[in-house]
Amino acid sequence: MKKAQFNSRWMPYALLMPQMAIIGIFFLWPAAEAIRSSFYLEDPFFGTGTFVGFENYSNVLTDPNYRRSAVFTAAFTLTVVFVSLGLGLLFAVSADRVLRGQQTYKTLLMWVYAIAPPVAGLIGVMLFDQHIGPLTDAAAAIGWNLQIGVDYWDTAVAITVVSAWKQIPYNFIFFLSALQSIPSSVKEAAAIDCRSETRRFWTVTFPLLAPMTFFLMILNTTYALFETFGTVDLMVQDQPGNSPVTLVYKVYRDGFRGNDLGGSAAQSVILMVLVLVLTIAQFRLIERRVHYS
Amino acid sequence: MLRNTILAATGAAMTAFAAHAEPVEITWWHAMGGQLGETVNEIAKGFNESQDAYQITPVYKGGYEDTLTATIAAFRAGEQPNVVQVFDAGAATIIGAKGAVVPAEDLIQEAGVAFDANDYIDGVRYFYADSDGKMIGMPFNSSTPILYYNVEALEAAGVEPPKTWEEFEAIAPQIKEAGYTPLAQSHLPWIFTENFMSRHNIPFATNANGFEGVAGTEILPETAAIEAHFDKLAAWNEAGLFGFYGAAWGANQTPFENGEVAMWLGSSGSFGGLRNAVDFPFSATYLPYWEGVTESPTNTFIGGAALFAMAGHPEEENTATAEFFKYLSSPDVQLMWHQQTGYVPITKAAYEKAQEIGYYDEVPQAEVGIQQLSLPGGAWSKGYRMGFYVQIRDVMNREYAQVINGEKSAAEAFEVIKAEGNKLLDRFAKTMN
Repeated sequence: MKKAQFNSRWMPYALLMPQMAIIGIFFLWPAAEAIRSSFYLEDPFFGTGTFVGFENYSNVLTDPNYRRSAVFTAAFTLTVVFVSLGLGLLFAVSADRVLRGQQTYKTLLMWVYAIAPPVAGLIGVMLFDQHIGPLTDAAAAIGWNLQIGVDYWDTAVAITVVSAWKQIPYNFIFFLSALQSIPSSVKEAAAIDCRSETRRFWTVTFPLLAPMTFFLMILNTTYALFETFGTVDLMVQDQPGNSPVTLVYKVYRDGFRGNDLGGSAAQSVILMVLVLVLTIAQFRLIERRVHYS
Repeated sequence: MLRNTILAATGAAMTAFAAHAEPVEITWWHAMGGQLGETVNEIAKGFNESQDAYQITPVYKGGYEDTLTATIAAFRAGEQPNVVQVFDAGAATIIGAKGAVVPAEDLIQEAGVAFDANDYIDGVRYFYADSDGKMIGMPFNSSTPILYYNVEALEAAGVEPPKTWEEFEAIAPQIKEAGYTPLAQSHLPWIFTENFMSRHNIPFATNANGFEGVAGTEILPETAAIEAHFDKLAAWNEAGLFGFYGAAWGANQTPFENGEVAMWLGSSGSFGGLRNAVDFPFSATYLPYWEGVTESPTNTFIGGAALFAMAGHPEEENTATAEFFKYLSSPDVQLMWHQQTGYVPITKAAYEKAQEIGYYDEVPQAEVGIQQLSLPGGAWSKGYRMGFYVQIRDVMNREYAQVINGEKSAAEAFEVIKAEGNKLLDRFAKTMN
């Protein structure tokens, strides 16, 4: 068999260049810049400042408020991932079973995904508004004085609900397509072997969905950690006050609002390491249990 | 010789011709959205039409923080605008960056435009000045916290608007009985901290409230009065005499507009918007003070923002900026701005003009802010200058919410604010090398 070969040994590198350039300019260079500035306290206008070593890091890591944000972010991410994955799967299984009007159900469940995150945040703000929010009124009816922006836990609930709601359709689309790609021969064989539908789901269908679930879990974690920024910003109405905020929002707040470039860079580097560790852990621990074929 | 003269004359004629044909263009980044943005455009249009040598283009850059961040990014890329609007809490950042801005006073004098700092109202002129009193920023939208009250609500309760917090305590239960939440406010750090200190003439920070330098500045050296105030707020909140709706401005203003809250502490600049939003008669009075703390309350200082001339532009553009500042401070423009927005006029001439045309006979509420700014001042009522102040305000908002919700005492909260605030100030000092 004849091997396809390049005439020049530099050709492969030349073809790789555009991609490498993009990675270099948009990922590696900013990351290196973040690491560099995390060791300085800089004047934002001139970029001149004092080298402070690890002071920015020790400052962040000993700050009880940073720890509070970190705890919230962890709890928030776990809740958003499990709630949106769970409900996405539930709706997908239900829609998969519906025979008549399936298209309508699907469209209805999917269209939330067409909403841009800031708009979702805005809708969330209105639903939970202290003065006109229907959800606030509903909570009042059961004796819950829900006040976002005032009570820490109320705000946490509202941010979590809106963020999870936004992600359900995304998971729904992927789960539905995964469900539909399960061969009917497998389902029929399972139906002959076992009468219980629930049991069939957990022993046959769910393991077949595992690769998809794993993929979605990584994407949902990234979503909850980073992409909920717009939602958080809108829900706290630009004034975090005593409200819970995610770590990414804190990076933005300190760096872009407060012009503390060094402190913000140190927080970014910590997040970078966190994501790295998380991704490695997910691949090492969970992927072992996932079977792709 | 003759040839030189001819050349020079031709050159001058060419310059004059060029100036006529192509005006010097300058840009102005601002943070005034909505209706305020319209008024900003109107001012720019007025300036452009008043002469043909200069042309200013206003650009809306989002909120105050967005505008400052955009300016910093542009400055580092060498593409900064000529004029930028920077808010009170960002003043230390932009003034502290030596060489980023041309002091307004120098700019105007170098352009040969007549300037007298005494033309400006006292409460206004010091806030954006350096420790020698030289004006660095040109005050633009200046406001100060005042007390708005729903006239019908106070009549229903049979009470007069309070001058002091002691009076408020006495009348609040009657207002509550009349079916209203007696009081709300929209900005705890601004109204109940910065201006609380100013009104009672208590030091807000060492080093003359931070004006004399960043190194070693410590925030809130005396907290007895303000601690007592916040303990009262928590008690009033518990008793239903004070409504707290979070750190966001609008969430606290809405219940006043809806007629649920009888008295609301907001900005004198809120007047224009309130007038359009409410359908009940309302009036305004001074920010109350504690008689137990002082018997001679001092003025409050301005909030809002100032215009800064960015460095790194050719001389002709700086001249254009100076001419614009002069136009902006002229009595007619100030009066128009004052009437349309509710922000206070920044010059004495504009204030006198508003009095002359009888504006305050018509809408006496519009005068409250400027009267309060013109009250006798004290050593500690000229303003403050602190870095990383946006974060310090965030710390205050967080701690105050916990005090008002009854989660901690004011004393505990101020311990945290002082510790975190001083740490931030210390860190800010290190960025200034």
